[in-house]
Amino acid sequence: MVGREVGVSMTSTGTEASAAGWDEARLSEQFDATIAKDQRIEPRDWMPDGYRRTLIRQIAQHAHSEIIGMQPEGDWITRAPSLRRKAILFAKVQDEAGHGLYLYSAAETLGADRAELTDALIEGRQKYSSIFNYPTPTFADVGVIGWFVDGAAICNQVPLCRCSYGPYARAMVRVCKEESFHQRQGYELLLTMMRGTDGQRAMVQDAVDRWWWPSLMMFGPPDDDSPNSARSMAWKIKRHSNDELRQRFVDMTVPQAEKLGVTLPDPELSWNEERGHHDFGTPDWSELQRVISGDGPRNVERVSRRRAAHEEGAWVREAATAHAAKQAARTQETARTQKTEGAAA
Amino acid sequence: MTQEWPLYEVFVRGKRGLNHVHVGSLHAADDAMALTHARDLYTRRNEGVSIWVVRSEHIAASTRDEKDPFFAPSADKVYRHPTFYDIPDDVPHI
Repeated sequence: MVGREVGVSMTSTGTEASAAGWDEARLSEQFDATIAKDQRIEPRDWMPDGYRRTLIRQIAQHAHSEIIGMQPEGDWITRAPSLRRKAILFAKVQDEAGHGLYLYSAAETLGADRAELTDALIEGRQKYSSIFNYPTPTFADVGVIGWFVDGAAICNQVPLCRCSYGPYARAMVRVCKEESFHQRQGYELLLTMMRGTDGQRAMVQDAVDRWWWPSLMMFGPPDDDSPNSARSMAWKIKRHSNDELRQRFVDMTVPQAEKLGVTLPDPELSWNEERGHHDFGTPDWSELQRVISGDGPRNVERVSRRRAAHEEGAWVREAATAHAAKQAARTQETARTQKTEGAAA
Repeated sequence: MTQEWPLYEVFVRGKRGLNHVHVGSLHAADDAMALTHARDLYTRRNEGVSIWVVRSEHIAASTRDEKDPFFAPSADKVYRHPTFYDIPDDVPHI
């Protein structure tokens, strides 16, 4: 991923190319050919404005989701039941921060400005995954988030490793490698609780009941109500439709639920021999709309927490900038003194 | 509004004997901070034994020049490749 400043010079290259007789149509042809050959688009390549805008929006939302996603589980770091669980949870939440940063880095290769992205999140101009607007009242939620939410994220992200935009695809490879730990630690946590008391088993089932439907909603609206999907698929940003990925998640999760000994809260859930897939009920799409548009159980809290962290950290960023400037001035001064002394000698 | 920390590109040597490879970018106030941030961000699981960081603005890069390809000179010199030369099959070790 070559960064923003290098990315910006790409724009001027585009202008030069146009001046040299490379009109938009031919550049566009070349872009289409690269996509058709299943090759990657890289930061300095010419790309249609729509492609750039779509990617910036998607990558920024993805980055924001990772960053906001630190909060629901982060709540449990101080209350984890053992040092082992605390250390694991710490590492996991730190990974989420890392994933957010890989993604912001990818967005910057497209000319997005990092500070601007942060502002867009805390001012509510850009969105993040609806799933992080749900509360985490019990420790079983930590396990179910790992199992469902990270499991769903894996379904979404594995195909993104083949996304047509190179820096995004490469960030996804790194993220997917780390995500597997997240899912497994969650499932193992639940297995442990299921071997415990009746109270613990009930706690797991309760968390499963609360997270199942919101997890299915993570894949986005149904295909016939997903207006931008077709274009993203033509550009090979997206490789599978929302409904395909949702189906994959259900098929993957059902046997895991059986093994765990919990019931997924969907009376319509059953194996369909003919399709070779599970049939399942329809999520409450009006709930998804509500949560996306800001009216979920924790929307206000999540964004205001992010804003507070940003504002409370401002003095640290300023101090580091001042320190760096002072060090640079001091180095310069030393170099000049040495030069003068050297000349005198 | 404070000035944004500059962008750095990060290169990691995965293990001894390998080249440093570009892994991504990050923001830092200075070189020392860029190195520690790079360690925290890109080597959380033993991915590296050495890190380089460089300010993105200091990287000069070739462009994908469609009209007169920058890499054209390398395309027409087939004699630079060993397969260009016909050697009888019975000549050993060549």
